[in-house]
Amino acid sequence: MNKVGIVGYGITPFTKDDKKIESILIDSVKELFKNNSDINRNDVDAVLVSTNNNSKYLSPILSEMIGIQPKIAHSIENLCNSGTNSIVSAYSYIASGLADMVLVSGAERYDSPGSVLEWDVSRGEYKHPIFWSSIFTKSYKRKYNISEERLSMVSVKNHKQAKENPNALSNRVFTIGDVINSKQLTDDLRLLDCSRPCTGSASIILGTEEKVKKLSKEPIWITGIGQKTTSAGFTKNISFTSMDSTKQAVDTALKMSKKTITNIDVVELHDAFSVCEPLALESLGFSEDGTGVDLVKELYDTNNFKINPRGGLIGCGHPLGATGIAQTIEITQQLQSNANKRQVDNAKVGLIHNMSAAATSSTVLILEK
Amino acid sequence: MSFETKLNDGIFCIPKCDDCKKIVWPPADLCNHCFGNVSLKEGEFEGKIIEFSSKENLYFCLVEFEKTFRIIATILKTPDVGQSVKISKCGIIGGDYFFEVN
Repeated sequence: MNKVGIVGYGITPFTKDDKKIESILIDSVKELFKNNSDINRNDVDAVLVSTNNNSKYLSPILSEMIGIQPKIAHSIENLCNSGTNSIVSAYSYIASGLADMVLVSGAERYDSPGSVLEWDVSRGEYKHPIFWSSIFTKSYKRKYNISEERLSMVSVKNHKQAKENPNALSNRVFTIGDVINSKQLTDDLRLLDCSRPCTGSASIILGTEEKVKKLSKEPIWITGIGQKTTSAGFTKNISFTSMDSTKQAVDTALKMSKKTITNIDVVELHDAFSVCEPLALESLGFSEDGTGVDLVKELYDTNNFKINPRGGLIGCGHPLGATGIAQTIEITQQLQSNANKRQVDNAKVGLIHNMSAAATSSTVLILEK
Repeated sequence: MSFETKLNDGIFCIPKCDDCKKIVWPPADLCNHCFGNVSLKEGEFEGKIIEFSSKENLYFCLVEFEKTFRIIATILKTPDVGQSVKISKCGIIGGDYFFEVN
């Protein structure tokens, strides 16, 4: 397999703007080429668009909008982890020799149809994600005797970190009191426990070893990929206090990169709701079962940005198709020591965790300098 | 008759494969184990509450049937984990399935 790395990226602020999906897409692509003037657009062999938007033929449309005629152009949708699925597809095109450079562009509107999985009839009338997250939250709190206050630290930490991210939807800090007194959505979920759907776009170009060495001053390589889909339906999860797909995906990714979890310096994980952060920390292997919230508090108390430095989904907002790409850009910036006030010291190996539909599908990527 | 037609009539059925006898959930025309044909079994099935929460004082719970499949259902009285329940009401409203247990 050919080595695959990151040639360049572009990202624009996440907002609540009411814009056409095509306009949202072009925003981050324009930013990418503005910041990477050495990249010849005509050398892009493939264009992959990551979105849950119902508009059709968006990759050929994006290609025409930026004046290129790629060999390969198509969309990829897998709900919330569409972004990292697109990156894995781009990796595969390059590793197999079918393409030398692939543009992956993710975009979503604030009113994305990807928020609700209509097919999952087992959920009955409780299709909105707040219901599966309430079940996870209640189970986690019950099994490990976790209070609402302890869990709210996830939102407090991630909003604090998002304040240092100019592209984040949120620029406010909140106290534990703010979180537990925010609007009650269910018995187990407050408004500030939730990531918010938003309008946003993020783009990245992957390339062969030759392209990366030629076009990037600070090459970053994708050295590990793990993916697992256990089901489509939420109720098929075998556990509601851990993420089985995440456990299997991280195991595969670490084996591929020949790393252990202790080698990881910085992480972007999928905190769609507060409970997802400790669950992911435990399922990835950073914490023992039931102690993820203790790690969250320790990181907050020591001002350590290791987990979700850009503010996670809770702080940044969650434009579904763009999220996995934005996470990957953050880890790239961290490894390039280019994350400004969010910078984690001496970050050499990073991990991205991106999941879909109540952890029924997970992607884990390992990036290295 | 399909699962959906029965559900629309307020009847909850369990879909089972004619060949391998496995429960096929979510309901489908073909068995996801052996691709056999699926038939609907009617009955007063007993389930067990796995977990629950509430929204605006209305409880919703995750209920497991036949130690095999689970649904999210409404329950009017305060539930307990491990509590045995039966489907008391079900149907389709505005295209969405709904289940109620007691």
